[in-house]
Amino acid sequence: MRLNVTHKTTYRFDQPIRRVVQSLRLWPSEFEGQIATEWNVDIPGSVRGSAFRNGAGDWIETSTVTGPIDEVMVTVTGTVETTDLSGVLRGHRERVPPEAYLRTTRFTRPDTALAKLAEGATKGADSPLKAAHDLANAIRDAIAYTPGETDSHTTASEALAKGAGVCQDHTHALIAAAQTLEIPARYVVGYLHAEGSIAEASHAWAELWVEGLGWVGFDPANGVSPDENYIRIGSGLDSVDAALIRGVSQGAGSEELDVDVQVSAADQ
Amino acid sequence: MTLLSRHAENLFWIGRYIERAETNARLLEVGQRNALIPNIGGGYRNEWDSVIRASGTAQLFRQKYGEPVQRNIESHLFFDSDNPSSVASCFEAARENGRIVRTALTSQTWDALNTAHQEMTALKRRERSSIEKHEMIDWTLQRAALMRGTIEDTQLRVDGWDFMNIGLYLERADSTARLLDVKYFVLLPQVDLVGSGLDNYQWRTILRAMSAHRAFNWAYGGEVTPAKIADFLILNRKSPRSLITCAEEACWHLDRLARAYGRATEAQTRARTIVAYLSEISVEDVFDEGLHEFLTRTIREIGELASIITSVYLNGEAN
Amino acid sequence: MGNAYFNEMYDGSEVRVPYEGLSGWADGMPAEFRSLKQTEAEALFRRIGITFAVYGEGGDPDRLIPFDMFPRVFAADEWRKLERGIKQRARALNAFLLDVYGRGEIVKAGQIPSRLVYRNEAFEHAAVGFKPPRGVYSHIVGIDLVRTGPDEFYVLEDNCRTPSGVSYMLENREIMMRMFPQLFQENRIAPVEGYPQLLKRTLASVAPDKCEGEPTIAILTPGHFNSAYYEHSFLADMMGVELVEGQDLFASGDFIYMRTTEGPKRVDVIYRRIDDAFIDPLCFRPDSMLGIPGLMNAYRSGAITIASAPGAGVADDKAIYTFVPDMIRFYLGEEPILNNVPTWQCGKKDDLKYVLDNLPELVVKEVHGSGGYGMLVGPKSTKAQIETFRAKIEEDPGNYIAQPTLSLSTCPTFVEEGVAPRHVDLRPYCLVGERIELVPGGLTRVALTEGSLVVNSSQGGGVKDTWVMAE
Repeated sequence: MRLNVTHKTTYRFDQPIRRVVQSLRLWPSEFEGQIATEWNVDIPGSVRGSAFRNGAGDWIETSTVTGPIDEVMVTVTGTVETTDLSGVLRGHRERVPPEAYLRTTRFTRPDTALAKLAEGATKGADSPLKAAHDLANAIRDAIAYTPGETDSHTTASEALAKGAGVCQDHTHALIAAAQTLEIPARYVVGYLHAEGSIAEASHAWAELWVEGLGWVGFDPANGVSPDENYIRIGSGLDSVDAALIRGVSQGAGSEELDVDVQVSAADQ
Repeated sequence: MTLLSRHAENLFWIGRYIERAETNARLLEVGQRNALIPNIGGGYRNEWDSVIRASGTAQLFRQKYGEPVQRNIESHLFFDSDNPSSVASCFEAARENGRIVRTALTSQTWDALNTAHQEMTALKRRERSSIEKHEMIDWTLQRAALMRGTIEDTQLRVDGWDFMNIGLYLERADSTARLLDVKYFVLLPQVDLVGSGLDNYQWRTILRAMSAHRAFNWAYGGEVTPAKIADFLILNRKSPRSLITCAEEACWHLDRLARAYGRATEAQTRARTIVAYLSEISVEDVFDEGLHEFLTRTIREIGELASIITSVYLNGEAN
Repeated sequence: MGNAYFNEMYDGSEVRVPYEGLSGWADGMPAEFRSLKQTEAEALFRRIGITFAVYGEGGDPDRLIPFDMFPRVFAADEWRKLERGIKQRARALNAFLLDVYGRGEIVKAGQIPSRLVYRNEAFEHAAVGFKPPRGVYSHIVGIDLVRTGPDEFYVLEDNCRTPSGVSYMLENREIMMRMFPQLFQENRIAPVEGYPQLLKRTLASVAPDKCEGEPTIAILTPGHFNSAYYEHSFLADMMGVELVEGQDLFASGDFIYMRTTEGPKRVDVIYRRIDDAFIDPLCFRPDSMLGIPGLMNAYRSGAITIASAPGAGVADDKAIYTFVPDMIRFYLGEEPILNNVPTWQCGKKDDLKYVLDNLPELVVKEVHGSGGYGMLVGPKSTKAQIETFRAKIEEDPGNYIAQPTLSLSTCPTFVEEGVAPRHVDLRPYCLVGERIELVPGGLTRVALTEGSLVVNSSQGGGVKDTWVMAE
């Protein structure tokens, strides 16, 4: 499928600030499931540099804007040809050993409820792949998709206790649960083309390490594995580590964030 | 060698704090001498209030102590670490700034900063009643002189030295202007008192506090008048604490920076404007404008120069 | 009891060769002269501002580390062996770091359990797949050693991140030379004063490819409230480089710049004295105010060198320590010259049982602890203390390792009654860049309390000048 993406992030500051420094993770991953035919990241007034590909295979760049400024706008536009690989991340070059993704963070630190859920959900699984699917389904059932119940600081165990959350919470919970079973798991960010809905176009899901297959994506929020409707951007240990944009603004005052993402299927 | 903007700021403040500590000691001297002069209406004149005003910490003082009582004022100006301008606070801040830029100081300069702080710590532990006022004042003046002397005699004449001196002279200009302003504005609002014996005495006290009464006599001789005093402390290049001397010194150090860095900035332009203005006016012009008005304006201009220097050199933003 | 320990100066009543120059020196010193010198030394230390603050103890932040005037001495041949062993270890530790952030051969070969490496808190994802200039991760390796006999040295631990204390090595020598010049005329003592220049040369040798001309080096400090600030500023001064805080640096385009009175100036090498977690809020802890946003990206894209490299801490973890001899064999194909102390991992069932059965004879430490805190010295502890500690171990065994109580050597030390033997250890500082260098000396720490084996300055330890006799 050919997907067109427009992703605008606007930061507004109530007082002009001195500097904004951002680390950008905004370029599509390179693997057999997708190829970007066109891709642009535009930040008016910025100086860009320090570009490199990290150990997890993501393209990273620094952007700095020197003030005084009261607004920074990041615009991503592009087109990606996607293929359904049933969630398998085939042909992706990366260097971080899977076992390094057994490390927990404050978001994915498990509690007994998560461990219990993981153990119960995978009891009947006869293969690692089946176990991963069972686990993803169990998370979907345990956390109802409910915007507004959680925020960006909510941890996996908190979301499970609430029984409600959004894709970030599903993903953290799935990672945490998988890790209790010694299954390496990580946080993946990207875009989702959802017919008739623009909600959650900037999306997050999990990848679990499945012996024999490698990294396989699971989107518990939608109960599927990523297919041709998904564009993969990058990964990390949790939502902060994998964020599309991490920034620091130097100056007083507060910041207001506005994100607008449009993903549409191009006419064939 | 490059000078970090932050370090330049530390050096600038070392200069300011040394001078500020000295100003406090001089204010104590003023207050103390005045307290020894009987008031015409009986009792002793309470001039401590004006001393506190001149130090720029009146509000802080009232919050902590209420009415100005000599003993409290001494604590406030000398020992009190709640008062960021007390001698103790200034010496501590000078030393702390020095600690940060240890590598930019000679060991003699560091010794002078460090020793003053250590001695102050020891002094604080002593029974207060065993410490004579003149001991506090003399000690402060000596320590400040030693610090300035080591800066002058041992520091390399590089940009860091200029920043220390710029801080010192801006602070001195500010304190001279404030001291004059308080004396004129607070104590002598009624014109009929000007020229009276009491007035005379107070003007002399200012000179004494500036360690300048002998220099004044040498420069002017004869009767002490407000005009002569104003001239001496504002416009006379022979006076080491006059506004014009301070402005010229600051300007000279700024020019050195411009030469060393190969570019002049708004700071040099502004400093030169202040010097030019002070060179052209006479003491009559000052009194025509109104001494208080003139001093208020000058204090503001010095403040503006300081903030230009900050944005040009001490933020490290300018290219 | 005293005879059980190796006395570095006396072999029975005979004075050992390296200490011959000090024979009679202390005995002939009148008590008054000695206390005068001690006062002088203290005044000197205080004057140069070399003080330290003890973590979590409060009290006087300007406290001095006690300085003992009696030097600790190594013969040239003793040092030669130590030097070879230290350099060997520093080389192996760096090979290990380059490997685990690269292909991980040692893990694949089954020499070190992958769990200990990849699940280690100190293993940095952000460093994976990056080869720093000259392949060096740890540029200053501090190796803590103890001696138990004429030829027996044990490595207690490795410090691959930012080993501190080198300013004491240098200042102790300065002060001794100032107070006792005749000792230095009568004895041929190898100088240590070249250390700052060697460090500068080492750092310059690992400048990134993008550096043009003479590299600009800066030392990054958390600030003047840090207990090691004196050392940071001392080193910057001796090396002739800038001492910067995070706020002095900023990222722009491909590079990192420092704010100067003449405008932005590019920085090529940063010797940082800040933990990984704090050096870049865009990569590590987002709440860090000490770091430089964008530093890691600049580092990864080859614009700046960070020493030690982010992630170096995985090599000096106490759990990894056990495997250093294996690293030496694996990477260098050599037999280790210096011994490890036998170590029991309480996380292992059999080891735990042994440890719990033998607590009164063992030293037990926290895996991530430092500074002598949270440790049990079995032979010096009461029954109650041992029992309290036993409960702590049982609660979280993986957090503890245990070692036999070593018979640390003693060195003559000035005490109230005169001169008496006290236990010492040694931390030399090995520099790794284009070449591997070691100045002949190090920091000797001494347990000033009679019979004590804890030399940490935070626990009542002092320091001594460390002499290596010239050939």
